[in-house]
Amino acid sequence: MRASIIVFPGSNCDRDAQVAIESVTGGTPTMVWHRDSNLPDTDLIVLPGGFAHGDYLRCGAIAAHSPIMKDVVRRAEAGTPVLAICNGFQVAIEAGLLPGALVRNANLKFICKPVHLRVENTHTPFTHMYDEDEVILLPIANHDGNYMADADTLAELTDQGRIVLRYCDSAGAVTEAANPNGSAMNIAGIANAERTILGMMPHPERFVDEALGGDYGRSVFGSLMGALA
Amino acid sequence: MHAKVYITFKNGVLDPQGKAIHHALLALGFSGINDVRQGKLIELDLAETDPDKAHRTVDEMCSKLLANTVIETYQIELTA
Repeated sequence: MRASIIVFPGSNCDRDAQVAIESVTGGTPTMVWHRDSNLPDTDLIVLPGGFAHGDYLRCGAIAAHSPIMKDVVRRAEAGTPVLAICNGFQVAIEAGLLPGALVRNANLKFICKPVHLRVENTHTPFTHMYDEDEVILLPIANHDGNYMADADTLAELTDQGRIVLRYCDSAGAVTEAANPNGSAMNIAGIANAERTILGMMPHPERFVDEALGGDYGRSVFGSLMGALA
Repeated sequence: MHAKVYITFKNGVLDPQGKAIHHALLALGFSGINDVRQGKLIELDLAETDPDKAHRTVDEMCSKLLANTVIETYQIELTA
């Protein structure tokens, strides 16, 4: 599985993503600078977490117009899978690859902690190694993780089974108390209609080793390796 | 021409920062505030001298970058 990780000025989870992919798949991803015009041949594109362009104007807004993003969008529309994590999710939304918006957390705080998530759709190349409705733990670290979309978009996401991850409690109940940031319907991650693009606020690449607090994130990369080999 | 672009959340979009400002004003002793919404001002100094052309260009800047039209709305003010 050939993976390409886009690096924007201010990205800071790109190397974690690289280590995670190396650890789980044994392969070495290519790091692609945002000013490059073209991606190499690749089976997977990763938009990593961080603070691209300092979150200036809006999170991901300037990164979405980086030179490399023309090729990223072209490949994505042609079917190359994209894993968009945290700031990467924001970039994907600003680039029009996923619907809705990510705004300031409802309590206005930067929230940095592990949270429980329910894996609601395991029929994606990103999640097929999880069990249906499995409850996992992944860290979130963000100020603007509050997912917002109009009623029609939320209905479409629901009807098409595109809500992939939702914040829940340790027992798997999707409750208001378990929602760290006010996201509509406790949405933590969504997919496009073809299920080839996953945008998620939590960081799977940060939980690939028990020494880090958990290894629930390994199955995201393992699933991709299985789906794309 | 000079353009001032005011960007605010659309009605119906929750603005927790506006609410925080509201509470802070109340804590300072101000009363009679029904609501507070906060937004952005972006000022552009353009070489273009034709107001119609300038307005069209700034409008395009807004829809493509300056505003996220999913959740934000904008107003353009042009001066010579």
